[in-house]
Amino acid sequence: MSELEKNTPEVQGENTAVEQKAAETSEKSSAPMLEVRELSIQFGGLRAVDGLNLKIKKHQLYGLIGPNGAGKTTVFNMLTGVYKPTSGAIFLDGVNITGKSPVEINKSGIARTFQNIRLFKEMSVLDNVKVGMQNSTKYTTIEGILRLPRYFKEEKLMTERAIELLKVFELDGEKDALSANLPYGKQRKLEIARALATNPKLLLLDEPAAGMNPNETEELMNTIRFVRDKFDMTILLIEHDMKLVSGICEELTVLNFGQELAQGETSAVLNDPKVITAYLGD
Amino acid sequence: MSFISNLLNGISLGSIYALIALGYTMVYGIAKMLNFAHGDIIMVGGYAAFITMAANWCPLWLSMVITVAVCTVLGVVIEKVAYRPLRSSPPLAVLITAIGVSYLLQNIALLTQTANPKTFTSIAAGAPPFLQVFSGKGAVFFKANPYQDEGLKPVLTVSMETFLAIVVSVIIMIALTLFINKTKAGRAMMACSEDRGAAQLMGINVNATISLTFAIGSALAAVAAVLMCSAYPQISPYTGSMPGIKAFVAAVFGGIGSIPGAMIGGVLLGVIEILSKFYISSQLSDAIVFMVLIVMLIVRPTGIMGKKISEKV
Repeated sequence: MSELEKNTPEVQGENTAVEQKAAETSEKSSAPMLEVRELSIQFGGLRAVDGLNLKIKKHQLYGLIGPNGAGKTTVFNMLTGVYKPTSGAIFLDGVNITGKSPVEINKSGIARTFQNIRLFKEMSVLDNVKVGMQNSTKYTTIEGILRLPRYFKEEKLMTERAIELLKVFELDGEKDALSANLPYGKQRKLEIARALATNPKLLLLDEPAAGMNPNETEELMNTIRFVRDKFDMTILLIEHDMKLVSGICEELTVLNFGQELAQGETSAVLNDPKVITAYLGD
Repeated sequence: MSFISNLLNGISLGSIYALIALGYTMVYGIAKMLNFAHGDIIMVGGYAAFITMAANWCPLWLSMVITVAVCTVLGVVIEKVAYRPLRSSPPLAVLITAIGVSYLLQNIALLTQTANPKTFTSIAAGAPPFLQVFSGKGAVFFKANPYQDEGLKPVLTVSMETFLAIVVSVIIMIALTLFINKTKAGRAMMACSEDRGAAQLMGINVNATISLTFAIGSALAAVAAVLMCSAYPQISPYTGSMPGIKAFVAAVFGGIGSIPGAMIGGVLLGVIEILSKFYISSQLSDAIVFMVLIVMLIVRPTGIMGKKISEKV
């Protein structure tokens, strides 16, 4: 089986070339929301991610799993522009976003949450969401200093939208609380709300269930499904919690030592002996 | 009465320190660096005001606008040229660069303006004092002494400069607080000061936010320059260095990185300086100011408004 693995990259290379042409000729709507081609990154002598291919369709709930150190968060960091990939390409909705800055990538429609929650702790719940709305608010700094009419209009609109978003996550009651004072589960929800405030096409969730008990995880699964349906969102998530993965992900890619170990429908992938070996050992 | 007079002078001087300290603390909070050239931006502002006010074609309001514009542009350019290329280098490199920029500005001033101190004309020159109190007659506002003929002297005089420094500083501090807390640019600044990486991933342009911080800090320094040179009407290439250091002390005293901390620290420091000048020793007043800082750092290293940092093991 390992020999078969070694042979696949070449085959895949040909495949992507064919698919590339197909993607170019076909209409934009049929192109996947996110397409990653032969993505690699090298840190010194370590190839942290090696030749990763991903195709995520619009409205899909896609999981990226793998043992510790497999390179999952590195993939997220490349997708959001924190790391520049050594080689390979990333397409969002048919547009090449490889090597762009995090700000540009956020503007073109990718938002994320973090493995270890990174809310703005000293800001209120409402302000955290409003930070996400920066780029969709149209008033200049001068208008803000002089408090011209457009400042009030835009700020009011922003607050209304932010509260609407908080209501979805049942956080509107705590909108004036400092985000650091929220209980853990709610902080996770607020991070998702803040990411959604940037108006993304694709939402990346980095271990959303980390540190949650089974009840909270159950609730989180409902939230993720709800977000997908309510906002017509495409979601890519990294997760260790197999209950969550098997419960909501439609397709999976398994990473091991930076390389794709398996890819396909969730149930098939989870029963793949290679995957079981990677997780549990021989 | 002399105590009240000293207290008001202290608050006035302290308000000027607070304006300068705000520049230090905002830059520290958002760009995570100590801009030791901040004091010299005050000096440049002082000269800009001095030169434009001496020119015949330039009305007072225009020379104020020019002063603020010169300092704002200078602050942004310094950040872009000297500090931005060092954004990811160790803090010590940036600190040394800031000291270098400080000497550069001082020496440019020495070359072009010579070392001789020049007499600055107060922006309130010729205006009557803000307040005079006469025993038995009550208070007189905004008027020359009406009891001159009777030979009566005021027991308490508050000069126009003192009054202006307090009022202008209070207005600016309120405006700044509103700006930081209620506008999107202010929120971007707070977000950058907490977590630059996360802010970037939420679509906030960190470079623009840091430039804005330098612009605001330098504009405040320009205002402080005009107020200070009016109250202590002299300007030389070294005018900015002592107030710069004292404002830095004020920022640390209030808790560096904290905006209300800089305001409180600045005012407290001004009051301590003037009171110790009057009641203890005019020669020792600076020593007392720095001693207060040392005591503060021993008792509460994070300053008045600073948060306690608990280190995780």
